[in-house]
Amino acid sequence: MEEGLFQDSHVIEGPDSAQASQDEISSEIREIHSSYRKGIEDGLPQETQPRRDFAPYRSSILRHPTKDLHHADPETIELWSPAFGHQDVHALESDLTIQHNGEPLGERIIVKGRVLDGAGRPVRNQLVEIWQANSAGRYIHKRDQHPAPIDPNFTGVGRCLTSDDGSYEFTTIKPGPYPWKNHYNAWRPAHIHFSLFGTDFTQRLVTQMYFPGDPLFSLDPIYQTITDARARDALVATYDHSVTAHEWATGYTWDIVLSGSNRTWMEDEDAE
Amino acid sequence: MTPEQKLQPTPAQTIGPFYGYALPFDRDSQLLAPGLPGTIRLHGTVRDGDGEPIPDALLEIWQADAAGNVPQEPGSLVRDGYTFTGWGRAAVDGAGNYTFTTVNPGATEEGAAPFISLLIFGRGLTNKLHTRIYLPENEDALARDRLLASLPPERRSTLIAEREADGGLRFDISLQGANETVFLSFPGA
Repeated sequence: MEEGLFQDSHVIEGPDSAQASQDEISSEIREIHSSYRKGIEDGLPQETQPRRDFAPYRSSILRHPTKDLHHADPETIELWSPAFGHQDVHALESDLTIQHNGEPLGERIIVKGRVLDGAGRPVRNQLVEIWQANSAGRYIHKRDQHPAPIDPNFTGVGRCLTSDDGSYEFTTIKPGPYPWKNHYNAWRPAHIHFSLFGTDFTQRLVTQMYFPGDPLFSLDPIYQTITDARARDALVATYDHSVTAHEWATGYTWDIVLSGSNRTWMEDEDAE
Repeated sequence: MTPEQKLQPTPAQTIGPFYGYALPFDRDSQLLAPGLPGTIRLHGTVRDGDGEPIPDALLEIWQADAAGNVPQEPGSLVRDGYTFTGWGRAAVDGAGNYTFTTVNPGATEEGAAPFISLLIFGRGLTNKLHTRIYLPENEDALARDRLLASLPPERRSTLIAEREADGGLRFDISLQGANETVFLSFPGA
């Protein structure tokens, strides 16, 4: 089988389409992680975000800033977020299973949770966007040429606004894992992409939600860009039988915490 | 006051290449309909560490209106072409170019240097990158700006857009290399 089989799968050709084996990638990941753990023992701070420079994820090599990010105090526009309203997002956009004439294939799931800021306060009325592969592991995207079936009843795109208690909920299909060209026989764990806004533009977050118990976690250089095990675990949803719906859908919960808000707090917000 | 960070923030992950139908939307890069009085073109190229344009970055801008007011109008996703919401999103094209139709932001405070807040996402970027696009005019205000003043001159220039003959702004982004754009981190973020 070898090289040619997935020639066209998730092809992004470039100097970073590596031909390394999984063993080589895994060994690079182990080395970075063990050096991180040693740093923790020596008193270095915990890392809560992914490394920007993470060579096992080959696409990061030429795309990570080499200079330290410049510390800045947020000003004016950075202390606000754009406003979204119900004219922007229709209530039905949170159900990814009703966007076509038929039922999509796969395991129907409900994913719900709350969006909170660093102080544990709900992030209200903010836009949440998700996108994902279908149950066979294929995206509706012209560059995705992975030879898995396209589901005519599934686009894999959803939106909602968080409610007053910061909660969101989507009905969708459990996405499949898929191959990509980072290295030979590279497969992504199943995941749903999330895009979120906070009350400050500085809180903007794009991330991925994963499913519990995935055997691909330890092999995946994107998931492993987060060197800290506890921080990585925060991207894994919890199966929640109280969210599971009778003869309809299995349920997962996943809460999202945005970074601390920098804006001066309003009186009425403090009263919460 | 800045509230205590009691909860660990959820880690970011790369946006990846396949946001296809999810993030781009109709007229996403047009904060106003092109041709309306006062509109300008803001454009540039996103490059990697080899100086090569990258075809799969996604940019967002967020800015004050021409009078320096921070907009709080909804309507960014379902645009009417006339309401200025201050926020826009643009996927780069196959040659790494992006284009927004917007207005020159006004100063949000007396004497402040106006800027547009810019966010960059991309395949290969494990986390977002924040930066600022300063307008090139009013050198006094630029000289007084705290962020710009804290940078060496050659890095400072990476944050200042170039004014074009047609009134537009050009702002190129280098993720790495000699002209690496200054990217920002914020306290608590």
